[in-house]
Amino acid sequence: MSSDKYLDQLKREGRIVVVGASLAGLRGAETLRAEGFTGSLTMIGDEPYEPYDRPPLSKQVLLGRATADHTALPRRRAIDAEWRLGVAAAGLDMAARRVRLADGDEVEYDRLLIATGVRARPWPQEDEAELDGVFVLRTRDDAVALERALAQSPRRVLVIGAGFTGSEIASACRERGLSVTVAERGAAPLVGALGGVVGEVAAKMQREAGVDLRTGVMVTALEGDSSGHVRSARLSDGSSVETDVVIVSLGATRNTEWLLGSGLGAGPRGIACDAGCRAFDVRGIVTDDIYVAGDVARSPHALFGYQFLSLEHWGNAVAQAETAAHNMLSESVDRRPHMWVPAFWSSQFGVNIKSVGVPSMGTEILIAQGSREERRFTGVYGYQGRVIGAVTFDQTRWLPFYEQLIETTAPFPPPFPTVDRRPEGNRPLPADFPDPSVPSHGPTVTLSGYSPADRRMTFTPARH
Amino acid sequence: MTQDILRQIIDYSHRADPYPLYEELRKTPVYQRGDGPFVLSSYYDIRSLLHDPRISSDARNLKDTASSPLGADAQEESALPPSFLRLDPPEHDRLRRMTNRSFGPPHCPTRVNDMHGDLVEIVSGLIDGIGDPEHIDLVDQFSYPFPVTVICRLLGVPREDEARFHSWADTIAAGLDPDPDAPDPAERLKRTHSARTELGMYLAGLVEERRKNPGNDMLSELATAPGPDGTMTTMELLSTAALLLIAGHETTVNLITNGMLTLLRNPEILGRLREDPKLSVDIVEELLRFEPPVQLVPQRTTLADIEVRGITIPKGASVWLVLAAGNRDPERFDHPDRFDPDRGDIQHLGFGSGIHSCFGAPLARLEAQLALSELARRLENPRLLEDPPPYRQNAVLRGPRHLRIACDGIRP
Repeated sequence: MSSDKYLDQLKREGRIVVVGASLAGLRGAETLRAEGFTGSLTMIGDEPYEPYDRPPLSKQVLLGRATADHTALPRRRAIDAEWRLGVAAAGLDMAARRVRLADGDEVEYDRLLIATGVRARPWPQEDEAELDGVFVLRTRDDAVALERALAQSPRRVLVIGAGFTGSEIASACRERGLSVTVAERGAAPLVGALGGVVGEVAAKMQREAGVDLRTGVMVTALEGDSSGHVRSARLSDGSSVETDVVIVSLGATRNTEWLLGSGLGAGPRGIACDAGCRAFDVRGIVTDDIYVAGDVARSPHALFGYQFLSLEHWGNAVAQAETAAHNMLSESVDRRPHMWVPAFWSSQFGVNIKSVGVPSMGTEILIAQGSREERRFTGVYGYQGRVIGAVTFDQTRWLPFYEQLIETTAPFPPPFPTVDRRPEGNRPLPADFPDPSVPSHGPTVTLSGYSPADRRMTFTPARH
Repeated sequence: MTQDILRQIIDYSHRADPYPLYEELRKTPVYQRGDGPFVLSSYYDIRSLLHDPRISSDARNLKDTASSPLGADAQEESALPPSFLRLDPPEHDRLRRMTNRSFGPPHCPTRVNDMHGDLVEIVSGLIDGIGDPEHIDLVDQFSYPFPVTVICRLLGVPREDEARFHSWADTIAAGLDPDPDAPDPAERLKRTHSARTELGMYLAGLVEERRKNPGNDMLSELATAPGPDGTMTTMELLSTAALLLIAGHETTVNLITNGMLTLLRNPEILGRLREDPKLSVDIVEELLRFEPPVQLVPQRTTLADIEVRGITIPKGASVWLVLAAGNRDPERFDHPDRFDPDRGDIQHLGFGSGIHSCFGAPLARLEAQLALSELARRLENPRLLEDPPPYRQNAVLRGPRHLRIACDGIRP
């Protein structure tokens, strides 16, 4: 029995449904068409907007330099889809191959791509979260509302959480000349993603920019006035902050609730899938017809001990969606693994921060080039004697080199001199992550090839 | 292998078409003969070395300058200190950053775009002044004067002085040419040295003047407007200005001339450009791949022993990156020897990559796009009078010395 025939038919007249009409959903749909899919394509999205780009929301849009309705994603090609926007997916019947929508409608599929992404984690006290002037930032509507509030010259803005989004918001506020307080539970901004050595640089950067940065504290309560507008926040150190605008920037929650009870392996940490983006069901068996991509996916990564990684990265969403779409239309031997090396960027306080690999797995960091004092440097992260990640502050152009070291599991600390090595780069420092994750041992893996189409893996047995 | 391919590449007799030699060279991706340099010619190797922090652009890290076919480094002996092209971070980064403050984003985001009107005016003037359409030398009448006028305006160098600095610029550019058979290397070095010194003194006079009467040009801004890094010392400023002036002189001319030559060899594409000036964007990118104005980077060296394809390049070795060979690497580009502006994927090495990637790239792109689309639009039925045309001596900054063409007339 030839499965060729089935694939041919699927390509010609199959029904593919994409749940999630953001970056991953759109790029996945475009890839399907690019690979010759001519059947029916349905795009389901809970927001009423066509796919838009999120990175500008915490940057240009908050500065009032671009409006949120100008963030639509550029299209690579026409996708000729039926759009079901403004209505969320509410359930999945795996046996009947049907997606149920919030309005009660049902859409049948032969292949399903799930790219429902994440949403901002709300302030846990619901009544406080309801106060006027309390915001999160994830969507276009969030950005419009927040920008409007910032334009009204609040006396002070409070940002809760100094991860990347929170730090970018604080940066935008300072650029607008607003007083801003940042409350961070950890010892420094960005400490979860980049560790304490780099976090210290970020903290200095914020303070010099005039941010009232409070670390090692939690916000315990938000208080409103009689009209229901937030006016102050109480902190765990007993102090309080008078503020008109509060932005809750406590990370993200995966949009998987709609899959509850469906039998798919979905939970608060995302939807587990194999390296080829096929979703697992709750029994740990891989499905043939359901694929996952983007922020909501958790997939095993060959370079990082086959740990399941979930990455809230722009580039990952694109690459994973392309792989998922390709595999969806391919014979098993033609499928590709998703082996994107994690990478992200952020711009804040006039500095361009970029990272590759998984710095948070690192136990040590070497400032290989430049200087932290000057805020222009390249930090290389080491884990068990290999290079596992790298970060640059205003030194982006060196990153491809360090990415190659990560891909080839090169030794740490790198045993060679480089240009611009300073005394502080003479020996590695403890990376100082608050809670380092410990991946399991395994075979080492070498990546080769340059285009995703030709990525191959070669297994090298572990040395004993 | 009996013949030294590198010598053949440098040899003037192969100037018109070095590409078969590059193909031969790529068969030995890490090529080294005698005590000559290590020559890299495959796309991925070049790209990865351009991003490799173990590679230095600073000639002081060369172990043995005498063994380089380039001879000792001319700049080191000159009265002017090395420009940022020949420096490593952090000095490179600081000087390039300071220079960029008066050229590009974020501090000066509209500089290049604001020159658009000027560029159109210069191009129109040059085409209007072509004269006899039966006998055009595109180099002398167009591709050379255009970028020179532009760089003069940008820097604030009087166009009338062109005759003076033209010969210095030519001498300095010739000094970059790796010619192992040059009759008297010491003599050549001396000439380069003194050209740099004279150019430096000429620029010093200008800088002095700009300090008193600043204008809206880069030289004035570099001399007077302090940024977060302060201002450059006078010597740094002179080196930088000399670099920009020479780069503006010796590269874009080849891009434009190579462009017109290639279009005349591909009349169907020239016809499409005439109908659709927007095609010039893709045409120029493909040109930068197909006929890059800077064919190779002969000025890098290693800070440590590094391994490429199993071969160890020792610390302090001279490393040449043959961009033009990488650009035609079939491992990277399908049908690399076909000029095809429609290939969607044109990530060429024409402007280099990494921290030294071409500083003037946005300006060069705009100049070449405008020049080619206007030539295509205005020259009626243009044709080559000589193919191949005579080339300049230089193997690095490769391009025709003259490009003799004829056309039926000049459209308004």
